[in-house]
Amino acid sequence: MTLTEKILARHAGKETVEPGELILARVDLALGNDVTSPIAIQAVRNLGVREVFDRERIALVPDHFTPNKDIASAEQARIMRDFAREYGIVNYFEVGRMGIEHVLLPDEGLVVPGDLVIGADSHTCTYGALCAFSTGVGSTDLAAAMISGEVWLKVPKSIRIVLSGKPRKWVEGKDVILHIIGEIGGDGALYQAMEYAGDGLAALPMAWRFTISNMAIEAGAKNGIFPFDGITKAYADERASRKYTVVEADRDARYAAEMGIDLGALEPQVAFPHMPENTRSLSRVGNVPIDQVVVGSCTNGRIEDLRSACEVLRGRKIHDGVRMIVFPATQEIYLQAMREGLMETFVTAGAAFSTPTCGPCLGGHMGILAKGEKAVATTNRNFVGRMGHPESEVYLSNPAVAAASAVLGRIGGPDEL
Amino acid sequence: MALKGRAWKFGNDVDTDVIIPARYLNTSNPAELARHCMEDIDKEYAAKVSTGDFLVAGKNFGCGSSREHAPIAIKASGASAVIARSFARIFYRNAFNMGLPIFEVPQAIDEIDAGDVLVLDMRQGMLRNETKGRQYAIAAVPPFMQELVAAGGLLNYMASRRKGT
Ligand code: SF4
Repeated sequence: MTLTEKILARHAGKETVEPGELILARVDLALGNDVTSPIAIQAVRNLGVREVFDRERIALVPDHFTPNKDIASAEQARIMRDFAREYGIVNYFEVGRMGIEHVLLPDEGLVVPGDLVIGADSHTCTYGALCAFSTGVGSTDLAAAMISGEVWLKVPKSIRIVLSGKPRKWVEGKDVILHIIGEIGGDGALYQAMEYAGDGLAALPMAWRFTISNMAIEAGAKNGIFPFDGITKAYADERASRKYTVVEADRDARYAAEMGIDLGALEPQVAFPHMPENTRSLSRVGNVPIDQVVVGSCTNGRIEDLRSACEVLRGRKIHDGVRMIVFPATQEIYLQAMREGLMETFVTAGAAFSTPTCGPCLGGHMGILAKGEKAVATTNRNFVGRMGHPESEVYLSNPAVAAASAVLGRIGGPDEL
Repeated sequence: MALKGRAWKFGNDVDTDVIIPARYLNTSNPAELARHCMEDIDKEYAAKVSTGDFLVAGKNFGCGSSREHAPIAIKASGASAVIARSFARIFYRNAFNMGLPIFEVPQAIDEIDAGDVLVLDMRQGMLRNETKGRQYAIAAVPPFMQELVAAGGLLNYMASRRKGT
């Protein structure tokens, strides 16, 4: 069995599972945010259910429109808060103690290797980096899971992606996943699991693995999963709040397809509007003047990402025509950025530095684009209207390229400075 | 039960930000969501769609976020079903969980033009394009999914199972 099949079988109480099989699986953690959980909460209440399956196995994170953007968002956030209090949900994270869900939960040790996690948010696939199975579902699935602790799943086929070599300077996890999506397309892994392997893994720190798993959904995948190794172990041993299980793929596991990537051959990638699959290598971008740069999100809002952006920005000033906004993903990262002097680097360079929030990533607030404006963002989606006006444009890149672009006033890399 | 209505035609990769832009996600009121359904690619849709109409699209319909607001908005807009070459996976499960019927009928898509009158018979597994005089077989829905639909969605299915145990 593949990594995904093994974890699913274990959670369905079965010896083995086959791709295509429908299973009812036990969930280790179910997640909701301020956009998706109010619907789920309403459903739980409507069914007259007074108790969730496990008060410690539900995470509620108000991160999309918080700190509350407007009255409507405040009402949504209150639905979550009231529910959390009334139902005794242990893992509710208030503004000031919160973070973007997909960075917060693993960092808090609430997701551990071997887990099966569902979340009413498409980027729940992020935790595959920890050798866990995790996937995005809808609010109704979340409601069902909060009540029963179970979810129905179709066992996906797996695609094996073998990484080799070492990336060059300024090539990061983001470039690996953008490259893959560019190769296979936005539905290239539709309904399937992406499983990583190969000696190239040794060059991928946890932060990069989270970025890579995070964008599995941008290839249409159900999940993106990494094998457990020393890098996973170091992270899990430091953070895990529960005992974890190490799962390994069988030697005779069956894969629907296999692709190889030479990390050493990659250039930084930029995804052009309006699909993440519209990738180009940085040297082929041409002259694209920009109005805004956003560094943050569940894709690239980790401390490693801020460090990378700062390495580029240190001693430099942001271009007159550009607004740069930085969103550390969690309070812990915010504090760390302060301690390391990163916050000072950003502010001295002329960037705005925000409290953790999803903010402009989904065009919610805190950096919305006007008609015709162009932004470089370290986020994961560049759909029409994603960051504001339907005629604005979002280009996706890694944090170093985003920072360099902020200085240049156009899309470009650190080597051009 | 047969569904009948006109086709609203869309392209490939219609994403959830287009189905219902995130700027409206601070509500989950179906009627309010329906008012903005598809507005970033088709300003007319929400105002002009008639009850029973079909959304017809290319590959990967519903890609993007997990927001159930997307199938809710479509259902509340009056559309009876979505027919596409393929669906993004979370949209696929959300639609079933919400009771919005969706069908992968790849062979029919290219031959359907906007405004064509379609009849979809779930029980007989048949899609008919009355305007073009063409007929297509629809792949069977897996038994578990049929149970979900028959129960009226996941929550009702669960409620009945809970009573049973
Ligand atoms: S940062 Fe963006 S992609 Fe990530 S959870 Fe928030 S809105 Fe979604």
